Parts: sequence; C-alpha cells; structure tokens
Amino acid sequence: MITLDVRPTPSLLLSVLSPLIAFAITVAVGALLFLALGKDPAHALSMFLFEPFHGARALTELGLKSTPLILCALGLSLCYRSNIWNIGAEGQFLVGAITGGGVALWVTAAGVGMNRWEFFPLVTLAGALGGAAWASIVAFLRDRFNANEILVSLMLVYVANLMLSWLVFGPWKDPKGFNFPQTMSFADATALPRLIPGLRLHWGFLAAIAAAVLMWLFMFRTQHGLQLQIGGPAPAAARYAGFSARYAAWTALLVSGGLSGVAGAFEVAGPMGQLTPYVSNGYGFTAIIVAFVGRLHPIGCVLASGVLSTFLIGGELAQSRVGLPAAVSGVFQGVLLLSLLACDTLVHHRLRWSTWR
Amino acid sequence: MNELALLIGATLSAGTPLAIAGTGLLVNERAGVLNLGAEGLMLISAVAGFAVAFHTGNEWLALGAGALAAAVVSAGFGWLVIWLNTNQYATGLALSLFGGGFSAFVGTGYVGRKLPEQIAHPIPFLSDLPFVGPALFRQHPVVYLTMALTAATAWFLYRTHSGLVLRSIGEAPDAAHALGHDVRGIRLLAVVVGGALCGVSGAYLSVVYTPLWVEGMVAGRGWIALALTVFATWRPARVLFGAYLFGGVTMLQLHLQARGVHVPSQFMSMLPYLATIVVLVLISRNAQWIRVNMPASLGKPFVPGNL
Repeated sequence: MITLDVRPTPSLLLSVLSPLIAFAITVAVGALLFLALGKDPAHALSMFLFEPFHGARALTELGLKSTPLILCALGLSLCYRSNIWNIGAEGQFLVGAITGGGVALWVTAAGVGMNRWEFFPLVTLAGALGGAAWASIVAFLRDRFNANEILVSLMLVYVANLMLSWLVFGPWKDPKGFNFPQTMSFADATALPRLIPGLRLHWGFLAAIAAAVLMWLFMFRTQHGLQLQIGGPAPAAARYAGFSARYAAWTALLVSGGLSGVAGAFEVAGPMGQLTPYVSNGYGFTAIIVAFVGRLHPIGCVLASGVLSTFLIGGELAQSRVGLPAAVSGVFQGVLLLSLLACDTLVHHRLRWSTWR
Repeated sequence: MNELALLIGATLSAGTPLAIAGTGLLVNERAGVLNLGAEGLMLISAVAGFAVAFHTGNEWLALGAGALAAAVVSAGFGWLVIWLNTNQYATGLALSLFGGGFSAFVGTGYVGRKLPEQIAHPIPFLSDLPFVGPALFRQHPVVYLTMALTAATAWFLYRTHSGLVLRSIGEAPDAAHALGHDVRGIRLLAVVVGGALCGVSGAYLSVVYTPLWVEGMVAGRGWIALALTVFATWRPARVLFGAYLFGGVTMLQLHLQARGVHVPSQFMSMLPYLATIVVLVLISRNAQWIRVNMPASLGKPFVPGNL
C-alpha cells in the first residue's frame, strides 16, 4: 500500500524533475503504441524527437508552430492563475482569425496601398479586438449572470467554428475558387514580414516572445498582476485587501481573448495567406496543455510550446512518412498532461510504502 | 400532424444520449467529483462501441463495450483525482483532450465504414396507434431504458440508504468519513458508474443514433451533458427533461434546415450551443439557488484525517 504524506515545503528538485518524468512517460507510452502498431519505435520516435530539430528549416517550422501556442498559452496561464477556467481559447483564436482575415481581405479587395510593415500592426490590432470581444461575452455572462465560464467559453468554440464555416462557404467565398470553401488569396502586402528570407518564420514569433516577457512583468512585477492572482482564487482575502474578483475575471478574460485573437490573425496572415475552415489545427486546445506543462509561467509556456510543437510536427511527419494518423500527436498531448498532473503530486507529497493501515 | 409525431420521436431519440450522460455525471457530482472529461469518455466509448458493432454486429455488445471502455478510463481519472488529489478541472480537461486524440487515432480505420442494417424496434400494437405510435412507440429500447434509468436514479438517491450515503459524501465528506464511510472508495465507485453511463451514451451515438464513426462526432454533447446537471440543479428528473429540451432544439433546427428555411445552415447548427448558453445564464442568474443545490464539496479534494 502506498500512502501520500504532505511535504512541509514543496520539493524544488521534483518541481523541476516532474515535467521531465512526465515527458519520459509520454515517450515510453509512445514507444509502446508504435510497437503495438507494428512500427519500428526507434524510427517512429525519431520523427517526434529529432527530426523537428534537424536543420534550419525544421527549426523555423518549429518556431512557426510555437507562435500561436505561446500566445494562447500566455493568456490561459493568466486565466488559470486567476482561477478563471477559460477553455475556449480555440474560439477566441478563430474569431481573431476571422477579424484578421477580414482586414486582410478588405486590403486585398480594395487594393489599399500598404506595405507589410504598415499592415502588421493593423492585423495584430484586428485580431486582438476580435478575440477580446469574443472573450468579453464569457466575462459578461460570468460577471453579470454568474454563468459557468468553462461551459460558456467551450460552447462559443463551436459557435465560432460555425461562424467561420458560414463566412468561407458563403459571403467570403472566393468567386474564382472553384467552389472551394476558402477566401481569395490575400495580397502580398498583407503577409507578415518574414524573419529570414526564404523561410516561413515571421515576426509574429518575436512578437510572441515579447508578449511572454511583458506577461512575466505583468504577473510578477506589477500591482495589477498580483491583484489578479489573489482576486481569483481567494476572493475573500482579496476583498479584504481591496482587490476585486470581478476585475480579475474581466482582465484575465480580455487579455487571454486578445492574445488568442492575435494568434489567430497571425496564423491567417502568416503561413496561410487565406481564410479556410481549417485555420486552427486545434491550437487553442493544445495551448491548454502548453500552459499547464509550462507551470502557468510565461517563460515555461515558451519552453513548453517547443515541446508541444515537436509533437504536432512529429504527428504530421508520421502521417506523411509511415501512414500513421496525425491524431497520434493528440494522444501524446493527452498522455503528457495526465502524467504531468500525476507527477505533480510528488512535488507536494512524499510517497511512503506502508503496511495495511 | 404526422410530421409533428416524427419530430417528437426524433426528439426523444436525440435527447437520450444527453440524458444518459447527464444522469451519469449527476451521480458523479452528487458524490463530489466533477468530471470535465465527459466529452473524452464519450468519444472513446463511441469508437469502442462502433468497433464492436462493426465486428460482431451486435448492438448490445457494442453498448456494453462502450460502457466498459469508459469505466476503465474513468477509473484512471478517479484514481488521479481521488487518491493523488490532482486538480479536478485540469485532470478532466486532460481527459477530454486525451479522449479526442485517442479516439481519432484508434478510429482512423473505421471512418466511412457502415454498420449492418439496423433492425427496427416497434412495440407491437402500440406502435400502430395513430400519432402516438410514430411519436412514442417506435424507439430504440435504450430510449425507454433511459427513462427507467432516470426513475431508478431518483429512487436510489432519495429512497435508499446507499443513496443517502452518496449524497452525504458529496455534501460533507469529512462528516461522512467520521461516520466510518469509505469516502474515497464510494467516490471512485460513483466516478466509474458515471463514466460507464457516459460510455453507454457515446456508444449509443455511434451505433444507434448516427450510426457511423467520425472524428469528434460527439460534437460537444459531453459538455452539454455537464451543463445539464447545472440546469437540472442536480435532480435526475430535471436532467431527463432538460435532455429532451435540447434534443428538441437539435431536431427542430435539422427539421427547419430540411424544409429549406432561408437561414444559412451554420446558424441553425449553432442553436444547440447557443441554447446551452442561454439556459445556463437563466439558471445561474440566481447565485443563491445554485449554491443551495450544488453538492457542497463538488470539485474539492478530500484528504482523510485532514480536518
């Protein structure tokens, strides 16, 4: 029989080791999975663990996948720290993609004379406003009517998805697109400026890193950041200190929605170049895992987004090379989070072997 | 008139999976455990049920397989949240994400496959009655069993000693522990039973209701079932009523789409999700009402001897 004893202080060593142990468990589960499917586990795992780092192009693709994950996960971390369970980053991402894509479409169709650097702040702003507006529905219903934010934010993901689908099948469909559900290709000026000529990585990646630094400053170096992290989980204590739980809910949701919206706008203006029903790839949901694996810490989110991006890229490689379903990366994501949560018990508890009671 | 009868029949059929899962989650939550992994459980059991139905052709075996798969997975969830005291929100979310990925992975071979022709289950004589026949008596047996399940759950919770123990564990686990009840064991049992019901619901979707397997086919019904428990203020009969209400909204929008109403189909498809939000807002508006009815220890970890 194993019993858990509460540690007097959390173990620093294990709080560092726990993600590594969880990662090792995930890799082991992955190896077993491939073995069960009759694929060579070493070959299959190398697609997940080594190839995404192999060469400059692969590394920039990794950065490209990380960008939306970092942006969404930063906001989610702030929400979860404030005890706001926003799980609808996917919906906020999609609405950001719609508003960002809408601006790009307008610039393209109206032939507005702009260059990439002039368009960059415009599309960022459009995405942020779209995502924040979508999240504000959640904030309003929670604040005014006490409606559970988990369920509302998730329901709004389905609504946002259908809205995007309506736009690209209906009013925004490319008239010359052979009836495919997609908008016309955006003008060259609406693409995000590239970091390195010839590679797809864009300045949005650096914007995401900058957002992580700003989020760190906000969380740990400002009075407002402190208020949020107390106002959410301990409303009574916060009230005593004069902090408001309502303020925490609104701020966390608006910031989170805004960041997710920017991620959506970047995705449309960056790698996609047009709006299709498949903008997202599930980034908003993967970002939940990024936030937890990153310990709800901005720098942790940046590191964790790298890990989750390798899973996403590995999944795509496994699909194109050995015909495994790309959904295998979803299995990895789930196993990683579940084993991390289990391992985290060890940070606060000590295992003790004991005889029956 | 006949059209209305068919609409009622379809409503009962559409509400059934929500009612089964909602009842399971209600049992879960009455014991104090919030399982946000319902959507994932339903997806896993949907693919498990479909696979068994595809290979054996027996829909009852398929429903059982769905229940078994979800029970096993929810036992793992229960172990994490009850013994390791992991955060119930985060663990449930992780389960939902895992279920989505895992079911898509396992199910790739079954996409586009067809199940053997379904046999109809009309009730002799009653199904031939005008109007009520097509409306009520040509359903799959699971539809009637679900109504019985609701009655049985209400009886169990409010008329048996075990039900009282279960509710007391959800309200005051420390007091129940002091009285000598095995809080963790009973919570695990509730989680497994609740999970198994989510499993029946998922398998019903892929074997009876749709019947086919598509990635993500549960389409938020696990989350709607979670919303139903709030809507029902944790009462079994109200879960059933709420489930039929949502089934009705789903069917009405499909019906209107089929009639060619001039609203884009996407807006019609939004209705069940928007209805969930509206209902949540209406019911949650009175915070006091929710607080009084919600199991007091819902979502909170329990550590024996830690008073």
